[in-house]
Amino acid sequence: MNDLLLTNLESVPGRHIAEHYGLVSGNTVRAKNVGRDIAASFKNLVGGELKGYTELLTEARQQATARMIEQARALGANAVLNVRFSTSSVAQGAAELYVYGSAVRVE
Amino acid sequence: MDPSQSQNSELIFMLIFYALPVVGLVVFGLIGVVAERRHFASIRLREQTGPRIPMVTVRKCDPNRAVAESRLVTGSVVVSLDYFKRFLAGLRNLFGGRVRSYESLMDRARREATLRLQAECVGADMVLNFRIETSALANTRGKKGAGGVEVLAYGTMVRYVPMDAMPPPLG
Repeated sequence: MNDLLLTNLESVPGRHIAEHYGLVSGNTVRAKNVGRDIAASFKNLVGGELKGYTELLTEARQQATARMIEQARALGANAVLNVRFSTSSVAQGAAELYVYGSAVRVE
Repeated sequence: MDPSQSQNSELIFMLIFYALPVVGLVVFGLIGVVAERRHFASIRLREQTGPRIPMVTVRKCDPNRAVAESRLVTGSVVVSLDYFKRFLAGLRNLFGGRVRSYESLMDRARREATLRLQAECVGADMVLNFRIETSALANTRGKKGAGGVEVLAYGTMVRYVPMDAMPPPLG
């Protein structure tokens, strides 16, 4: 996938931290698209998994993570520690996905 | 027009107008119940047959063992209630108390997300700092809730160097 190590621990197991670069983050704001929304509103009647939304959010989260990784690479980091995810609805029908962590160089 | 005929058509209109939501409640409710049963059966099956990877909220791994691999793993799912259960939950709002339909929905979502996370950690010995995050998605009219609930499970998978591949401990 990528050579940059992501973890939600405070250290990379079996390695030691050589340098801290500070916080890196990535975000994306997504609105549901009309097609998916219609499909989901039908699915909403019978309940269960809304696959369209699961995919949408997974994709969005991957994009946010990719942005964070890009930022970390630019700083010269090879790992991001203590990665956290947060989701918030910022507007009607739109959600912001935010990923953040500490960029470090591990050896 | 014959007055009895117009009365008849009015009756039919009223019947459709009032009966349709009720029929919808019953039909979608039944489909929802069947779908939920099947989902739970699938969850139970996968929990029993899948690999048993210990998932802990502890953040330190065993310091005595060498780590071969560690990375972030995630699993997520968006689920929603069916029409009938949402209606029942709405009624519950009037009287208060346990809302069982949402309890089972959350249980279902968390277990599914956890299973998806486990599917990602092939060969893992354990998952450290396991966390589950829940967020309600806004529905089509922009109101909070009812549009579905997203559950995200994440953690760090750790694979140790096998015991026999390690040099014998000193002393």
